[in-house]
Amino acid sequence: MPGKLKVKIVAGRHLPVMDRASDLTDAFVEVKFGNTTFKTDVYLKSLNPQWNSEWFKFEVDDEDLQDEPLQITVLDHDTYSANDAIGKVYIDIDPLLYSEAATVISGWFPIYDTIHGIRGEINVVVKVDLFNDLNRFRQSSCGVKFFCTTSIPKCYRAVIIHGFVEELVVNEDPEYQWIDRIRTPRASNEARQRLISLMSGELQRKIGLKVLEMRGNAVVGYLQCFDLEGESGLVVRAIGTACTLDKLSSPAAFLPACNSPSKEMKEIPFNEDPNPNTHSSGPSTPLKNQTYSFSPSKSYSRQSSSSDTDLSLTPKTGMGSGSAGKEGGPFKALLRQQTQSALEQREFPFFTLTAFPPGFLVHVGGVVSARSVKLLDRIHNPDEPETRDAWWAEIRQEIKSHAKALGCHAVVGYSESTSICEEVCILSASGTAAVLNPRFLQDGTVEGCLEQRLEENLPVGCGFCHIPYDELNMPFPAHLTYCYNCRKQKVPDVLFTTIDLPTDATVIGKGCLIQARLCRLKKKAQAEANATAISNLLPFMEYEVHTQLMNKLKLKGMNALFGLRIQITVGENMLMGLASATGVYLAALPTPGGIQIAGKTPNDGSYEQHISHMQKKINDTIAKNKELYEINPPEISEEIIGSPIPEPRQRSRLLRSQSESSDEVTELDLSHGKKDAFVLEIDDTDAMEDVHSLLTDVPPPSGFYSCNTEIMPGINNWTSEIQMFTSVRVIRLSSLNLTNQALNKNFNDLCENLLKSLYFKLRSMIPCCLCHVNFTVSLPEDELIQVTVTAVAITFDKNQALQTTKTHVEKSLQRASTDNEELLQFPLELCSDSLPSHPFPPAKAVTVEKASPMGEGNFRNRSAPPCANSTVGVVKMTPLSFIPGAKITKYLGIINMFFIRETTSLREEGGVSGFLHAFIAEVFAMVRAHVAALGGNAVVSYIMKQCVFMENPNKNQAQCLINVSGDAVVFVRESELEVVSTQQPTANCQPSCTGGEVTT
Amino acid sequence: MAHARKRCSSAVLAPAGALQPRPGPGVAMTSELDIFVGNTTLIDEDVYRLWLDGYSVSDAVSLRVRSGILEQTGATAAVLQSDTMDHYRTFHMLERLLHAPPKLLHQLIFQIPPSRQALLIERYYAFDEAFVREVLGKKLSKGTKKDLDDISTKTGITLKSCRRQFDNFKRVFKVVEEMRGSLVDNIQQHFLLSDRLARDYAAIVFFANNRFETGKKKLQYLSFGDFAFCAELMIQNWTLGAVDSQVADMDVDLDKEFLQDLKELKMLVADKDLLDLHKSLVCTALRGKLGVFSEMEANFKNLSRGLVNVAAKLTHNKDVRDLFVDLVEKFVEPCRSDHWPLNDVRLFLNQYSASVHSLDGFRHQALWDRYMGTLRGCLLRLYHD
Repeated sequence: MPGKLKVKIVAGRHLPVMDRASDLTDAFVEVKFGNTTFKTDVYLKSLNPQWNSEWFKFEVDDEDLQDEPLQITVLDHDTYSANDAIGKVYIDIDPLLYSEAATVISGWFPIYDTIHGIRGEINVVVKVDLFNDLNRFRQSSCGVKFFCTTSIPKCYRAVIIHGFVEELVVNEDPEYQWIDRIRTPRASNEARQRLISLMSGELQRKIGLKVLEMRGNAVVGYLQCFDLEGESGLVVRAIGTACTLDKLSSPAAFLPACNSPSKEMKEIPFNEDPNPNTHSSGPSTPLKNQTYSFSPSKSYSRQSSSSDTDLSLTPKTGMGSGSAGKEGGPFKALLRQQTQSALEQREFPFFTLTAFPPGFLVHVGGVVSARSVKLLDRIHNPDEPETRDAWWAEIRQEIKSHAKALGCHAVVGYSESTSICEEVCILSASGTAAVLNPRFLQDGTVEGCLEQRLEENLPVGCGFCHIPYDELNMPFPAHLTYCYNCRKQKVPDVLFTTIDLPTDATVIGKGCLIQARLCRLKKKAQAEANATAISNLLPFMEYEVHTQLMNKLKLKGMNALFGLRIQITVGENMLMGLASATGVYLAALPTPGGIQIAGKTPNDGSYEQHISHMQKKINDTIAKNKELYEINPPEISEEIIGSPIPEPRQRSRLLRSQSESSDEVTELDLSHGKKDAFVLEIDDTDAMEDVHSLLTDVPPPSGFYSCNTEIMPGINNWTSEIQMFTSVRVIRLSSLNLTNQALNKNFNDLCENLLKSLYFKLRSMIPCCLCHVNFTVSLPEDELIQVTVTAVAITFDKNQALQTTKTHVEKSLQRASTDNEELLQFPLELCSDSLPSHPFPPAKAVTVEKASPMGEGNFRNRSAPPCANSTVGVVKMTPLSFIPGAKITKYLGIINMFFIRETTSLREEGGVSGFLHAFIAEVFAMVRAHVAALGGNAVVSYIMKQCVFMENPNKNQAQCLINVSGDAVVFVRESELEVVSTQQPTANCQPSCTGGEVTT
Repeated sequence: MAHARKRCSSAVLAPAGALQPRPGPGVAMTSELDIFVGNTTLIDEDVYRLWLDGYSVSDAVSLRVRSGILEQTGATAAVLQSDTMDHYRTFHMLERLLHAPPKLLHQLIFQIPPSRQALLIERYYAFDEAFVREVLGKKLSKGTKKDLDDISTKTGITLKSCRRQFDNFKRVFKVVEEMRGSLVDNIQQHFLLSDRLARDYAAIVFFANNRFETGKKKLQYLSFGDFAFCAELMIQNWTLGAVDSQVADMDVDLDKEFLQDLKELKMLVADKDLLDLHKSLVCTALRGKLGVFSEMEANFKNLSRGLVNVAAKLTHNKDVRDLFVDLVEKFVEPCRSDHWPLNDVRLFLNQYSASVHSLDGFRHQALWDRYMGTLRGCLLRLYHD
């Protein structure tokens, strides 16, 4: 018996009145774990009972400790009839199971009822005594740490990144069991909540076991989702990246948190970029085709198919192809082999990370994605979820082969999702094909000076842009040029990725959120016919989404997308596509050409005029955007390599001065014609609509920026003022004469209006940036479209822009000087590079400030120190992996919560908006309370994974399911940190404000 | 039977056109649901004010439009509508907590910075001068609540806002009515109001409890501030709390014993010698110092009778209620008709109170001071146009 769980029920407050006669409540508490239940005494006639119970002790297996939630039920004692339940609290005790996380859970928890919502609070203390004979892990995996964060968590160092772990468990959905016909909605909801909680625990334990098998000690980028398959069951699945992490002992070494997460990992010795040329293998694909070129052929219904012929894992071309590196050939061959073998040992060389330790990412190929349409049928044997496993294995196999085709041996920024409507399910997976540095993948491989030497030739801030595939074997004509940064390697003209912008990437100007939105009507159909119809539509959707993204990117004058996420949602009579990404201008990539409009009927005079008018509008928009996002690439590069093959002699001379590989120039055919090669043909009204819709996207108001990545390139002076929010909108379409066009317009307006509302609501935070903007779209009913957005608004300080960059560079210089000599080169180049390319023209700053005279004042007011009389500690929530202006000192464990809320008095609760508003506020409250009880003061990498809302206004009823997760952490403000670290060198400091210390 | 998933999917919904008003041309969609929830609850002070003032969402939207916010921010009317709805929903949810402000501090559902919490509470309990003048001194009962319609029409304050203010008065009254300890402290502790607002509420509670008449036409010239000032003096000197700080209702009820004793003062006007002596003492002291000396001299007996009779009558509840009417009738109006400057009133009242100490035949000096000290303060405050 490896563990003892101890629970103490202290007190309650703000309980609801359960006895109308006395206006009071006779409350007692049931504490249940597994099959054991304890009860407190009844505390008579009080809304603020003080139970002060003894310690209830559960002696349990660690397997149960991982799977089971602690279940606390508050009841009203009734002598004559059955006791009435007031509400419940589920506490996940997982954070108590590993040593570095929380040691005690103690605080006020909201008492939650699925029908009435939050009804008062209860003060609970939970402890776990683990016995020490835990080394013989069998079924349990206590001690494996889980992180939702998709980068190496701060205050840890990645020793080895092992790779992909996945698992899924299935069960019958309690709401579809026969017993559901005779039980109350409350009982049904609670059965579901409990089951999902159990399944999550089991899933986490099983993943933990896999991690231990791989000799890892943590899962990073852990993403758990559930699929409500209705009659056919309930699937809970999770993916993550197994790692071996080391806790960093010195808290002093960190940069301002406004830099992306992996920045502070710089001290780790790393190997950079083996010469990329050696990696040329496999057929290459033009990047702009990637998002759709793979999938069209891959739509199935029911039967599994893999039309891919190159599923074989052996590389198509050997290493000797075309442009093998000249320096250090044999070493790199060795290196490559090792990388290859390190990754090929794995079934799926996938990584759910989106940000990496420096040097980990060598090259990025582009986005790979795969979808498949399946028909759901009842899961007959929950213990062997083979069908679902097979489905996912198939998709992953496909992703792997796509990556191979791009000359990449790994996929990063990998994620999976589903969309279900009745019995049809679309499974999707996507990621970014990449070449990785083997150093992090294996223990004790290639070490030594040889590699260190290679780094001297390492191009800074552009290496990841260099193509990993062989330009000679490209099946499609792609626009390759020499890298605008190092001028040695070749780069594509645009780059799409699902990852965050690498920290060392050189970006010009600022980035912006780019969305492609699309609807397609579909006939209502049953089973196979339906699946076939969807399969047939998918390729067109993907193509159009991609075209829209490309057009919008060009319209912004940018050349790369990061954090790309394409969601395809299936409904009864339509399909919706929503792609979000952050566009940036990468200095290493060529300047994007404009958009040219070509008409089909050249003889019509007025039409011509119209076309030229449109063309002018587009050109104006591009010019305006360039100004808005401060995209002014240095002119000089334009002269040198901007035009295709100008005076080859001059060019090769230039290149020769930098590297020996100049003779490659002759091998490359760069004759890709005009740079403004992107032509939109307006041949029908549809295309016209498309062009119009391009121009309807309104830029955010002045003082606002938005992106869906962690941070906004070009802004690095964040203040500590953050506001995380969720916004939900549902629109009802009129069913009359619905056309694709009208549908597209509706959907587009919905998203645009939503964004406009956000900008308006958050105007007091100007200058500010919406980060990690996460849109999800669902089709809850025939004519309803639901869009859910979660994001965080962060205020930044325009004034300190220059200063901060300066000190930032200085800091990295200082630190570098303490490191070895090779590393010194890195920051030096960085700063010489970034100074011209990161211009913060003071004039610009002034204009933005003028536009928001009130913003500053408001900010000052708000940041006033909180008065002392508040008893509830502030818990910050953010979808980002960091807190601006603060350092995370401790990870307390994963938060993974699932709630159901139902009402039969929808009108009385303020209609659907009132109902959902209250529910989401309650979910936030419960997340905060759990974090506070763990001793934390923030949740990072917070995500609302599901928000399933169903209503029936005619019956005055509604139901909503919400699933959220994140990492509970303790953070310390940077300003406080200096004080603290002088007092407590170990930085094991208490959070500045923890809730739940109060006992009334 | 009772499961939304099944309910919703199997429900036969009327066609959209039947459920919703038919959309106009170009509007093919209607917003079913539209919410925004922040981890920190967003409070817009302007919208809060509109909500407190009792405007409907559509009125609030048009008022906001008129304020020029659309031009300032470049937002559309639809955005404003959505934003206003959101804030109204939030305020509606917060209202339950605002009824017991300590709950707002301890609740977990809305994360609101303390400074904002204070603002929410303070504004919620703030009241309109015009409204409080209508209700001051009235019984906070259902009957009065029914009159809110008329008050709303008369003052131009929305009925909704009138109800909130009335309910606030009543709520505070109910909570502190039977409590021990200082009235202001109790209000501050249970409603977390600022010192200033808590004092105002103390006055409202005191007036409501003693039912002082404030609505008569001749009292219309007085502001709430005038009454609140008097209430504070009376609470300090005339209540049970003034002698014993440990009784219930100490600051709310007048000291009955004291009121009984006040009858003793009657001899100041009943005893003719005493009255003459008092007059000559005052006149000697003020000769040459008052601009209105002759008027004072002529009116002395009337004024003195007025002031002493007010005191002697306070044993009857009815006369307690009419205290302010009497003071204005018996003192303020006569002086005002003779155009006494305020300073002369002050000199007179000081001398009038002090001279009693020199009256050898009068034994109730302490009683006189307790009465006249407060009354002098009140009268000076009440003496204006």
